[in-house]
Amino acid sequence: MTFASIIIQLLNGLAAAASLFLVSAGLSLIFGVTRIVNFAHGSLYMLGLYGAYSLIQALGRTPMGFWSAVVLAALAVGLVGVLIEVLVLRRIYRAPELFQLLATFAVVLVIKDIALFVWGAEDLVGPRAPGLSMAVEILGKRIPAYDLLLIAIGPVVLGVMWLLLTRTRWGALVRAATQDREMVGALGVDQARLFTSVFFVGSVLAGLGGALQIPREPANLELDLAIIADAFVITVVGGLGSIGGAFLAAIIIGVAKAFCIGIGTVTWFGFEISFSKLTLVVEFLIMAVVLVARPYGLLGKPQAVQRIAADLAPPLTAPSWKIALVWVVLLLGVPLVADRYITIMLTDIVCFALFAVSLHFIMGPAGMVSFGHAAYFGLGAYAAGLLFKRAGLPMEAALLLAPLCAGAFAVVYGWFCVRLSGVYLAMLTLAFAQISWSIVFQWDSVTGGSNGVFGIWPSAWLAGKTTYYYLALACCGTGIALLWRVLFSPFGAALRAGRDSPLRAEAIGIDLRGFQWAAFVLVGALAGLAGSVYAFSKGSISPSTISIGQSTDGLIMVLLGGVETLTGPVVGAAVYTWVRDAVARHTEFWRAVMGGIILLIVLLFPQGLVGGLKALFLRWKEQRA
Amino acid sequence: MLPTMLQVKDLHAYYGRAHILQGVSLEAQAGEVVALLGRNGAGKSTALKAIMGLVPPARGEVSFEGKRIERLPPYRIARLGLGYVPEERRIFTDLTVMENLEVGRQAGRGAAPVWTEDRLFALFPNLAGMRDRPGGRMSGGEQQMLTIARTLMGNPRCVLLDEPSEGLAPIIVEQMAQSIRTLKGEGLSVLLCEQNLHFSQAVADRAYIIEKGQIRFGGTMAELASDASLREQYLSV
Repeated sequence: MTFASIIIQLLNGLAAAASLFLVSAGLSLIFGVTRIVNFAHGSLYMLGLYGAYSLIQALGRTPMGFWSAVVLAALAVGLVGVLIEVLVLRRIYRAPELFQLLATFAVVLVIKDIALFVWGAEDLVGPRAPGLSMAVEILGKRIPAYDLLLIAIGPVVLGVMWLLLTRTRWGALVRAATQDREMVGALGVDQARLFTSVFFVGSVLAGLGGALQIPREPANLELDLAIIADAFVITVVGGLGSIGGAFLAAIIIGVAKAFCIGIGTVTWFGFEISFSKLTLVVEFLIMAVVLVARPYGLLGKPQAVQRIAADLAPPLTAPSWKIALVWVVLLLGVPLVADRYITIMLTDIVCFALFAVSLHFIMGPAGMVSFGHAAYFGLGAYAAGLLFKRAGLPMEAALLLAPLCAGAFAVVYGWFCVRLSGVYLAMLTLAFAQISWSIVFQWDSVTGGSNGVFGIWPSAWLAGKTTYYYLALACCGTGIALLWRVLFSPFGAALRAGRDSPLRAEAIGIDLRGFQWAAFVLVGALAGLAGSVYAFSKGSISPSTISIGQSTDGLIMVLLGGVETLTGPVVGAAVYTWVRDAVARHTEFWRAVMGGIILLIVLLFPQGLVGGLKALFLRWKEQRA
Repeated sequence: MLPTMLQVKDLHAYYGRAHILQGVSLEAQAGEVVALLGRNGAGKSTALKAIMGLVPPARGEVSFEGKRIERLPPYRIARLGLGYVPEERRIFTDLTVMENLEVGRQAGRGAAPVWTEDRLFALFPNLAGMRDRPGGRMSGGEQQMLTIARTLMGNPRCVLLDEPSEGLAPIIVEQMAQSIRTLKGEGLSVLLCEQNLHFSQAVADRAYIIEKGQIRFGGTMAELASDASLREQYLSV
């Protein structure tokens, strides 16, 4: 690389960093004060882009029209944030934090469909910024003037945020609430109003980040989850709650990505290394390295042990084997009366039930919330497909070896993950899932890239839909039974002890990290089994089995059913899979319906479906007594 | 007779399923310093938290200046003029002394003494020299002064003080007692939790003894001083 091209890539990176910083600063601010991991933050960014697109059309492609549109779009997104806070989140601040997470997932679904309804499924390419569409020549290369403006906007916003936070009463309240919001309330500060204002500012930043991108990137419906992953990475690399850290991290990641694109393919010692393919992974690699070296991010401070699960998890009730037996008999009998369609759906549900139960195991009793559980499901599916198609193994062998492959990945990923806790841990799991996804997505020659792998069918004797359903039931049922059994073993008790009090658990001689690592591998392998069974039931696999969408589906299933009950995840998996299918057959906007249903449940049953029904049942029994 | 500032009747509160307060009744008159004494785990802190709304009371009444407050959220209670100084101080460690005071600021209210930063620095001279120091870099005694000053910034009529002498050097404890007497002189009511009987005797007019979530004694400090068996039964360790 010449000096000139290094400078150019640096400028490219800095320009890209501006929007990343704005989004992450907003996310960090909201998390700091409300302790809510706002998954809908990426959706707000997306709305900023769409909003700017429409407003520019309405106001005209003049400098005045363009900039008014950007500012108005950001403010409008701020109001959307206020709406989310007032209508949804404010009602559930006392609910377990994971449930608030579920609510923000629901908001993601609803906003995606609103955007689909208003703006359609096509990518919308915005205009260049009027008056700034020319390029500036730097060292003989041409740089868009708009990029230079973006480079300036980052530090300006950082300065404004710094002034707001350190020079105003609002800033003092925000920083105080970040540390101890109960105390702030006891001093006479209305938390609800403070939270609303923080949501407004954070959402404006997300909206502004999106709106400013309109000349650089087309508005599309995939942006919400893509940008939230970026924003999580930046927030975590910089340190949760640190605006300066977010700025630094955005620059590091923006520049690293730009260099990966700029370097292209290089040959070193006869090996061809494609840096441009690294673009999708590089931020997650940076994050993994930073978190292992500095578990609280570059500028973050060590915080008190943070759990994102409920504060006081009630003791688990062991499953009753009699009831389980009744269910097994019922499930065995279904194909005798049901049609092919129902049998196929039940096969799906059985796979997702194991997926959800394995996720529940790690996030509930083991206390390690994973935002990237799809990694193991997807890697299991791919391992099955590749062992069968590329290695030529018999289907039965591939089916059973695949979980071991997923488990092997869990050995590596888990080693890093158990070193962290709370939100940092969750983000690192997301990072590993995204790394896996990127590899699968880009390694065309082996994984088939975005097309996936086809022709993965079970052996002839298992090919019948009913037979395969029984196979799935046997595999996944065994997996679920195993996980439930383990929870009540001394190993499971040690994990639960570690969740409730890591220090005390270690003080009585539990090698907590080792146990958590083992748990990670166990659930990884069993999620892999679910993926493997799923792959052979579908006949093909695509990268979406490892996507963030798949991970969030798993979280929704667990939280919908209720994280504090054993059977919750199974019920959640069944209800979610069934409702999604039923709704999707009737309307293109199934996500909005699904999101609406989840929001209703969140507001009505803050303990999840099974938890809520249990509470209702207990109250009913008490009233009768 | 002085008007009743704070009145608590048959207050019950739970932590999860544990029944911590089992019918606490007590009162404080205007300008009176009242001590709530008891051993570790007797329910002293929970009583203050329940009055403040930080632990929602399950049953019972709390009246502040004649107004029922047991269903109000903490910030509304604070805005009525009831200040709360927590155990463990709970200073905002990232914020400077001045910023900590800013968070506590509320508009002045009619009958209550109005506090400014300067008046608070006169009350706690140690704080005056460290206006821009982050709360995290202060000694325990300095933090204890700051946490009281922070609550006073809300210009309360009555202050709930949770173990103000805990973990402090004897000389600081003496300063703390002097400050509480100053507050009384300003006309504030104070309800303080204590394990330190000497400290309480130095500042309080009356005392209650709480044991297993119930009030076992209520009377003047003189009555308590003359009853050795009472102290033996409920306070000695």
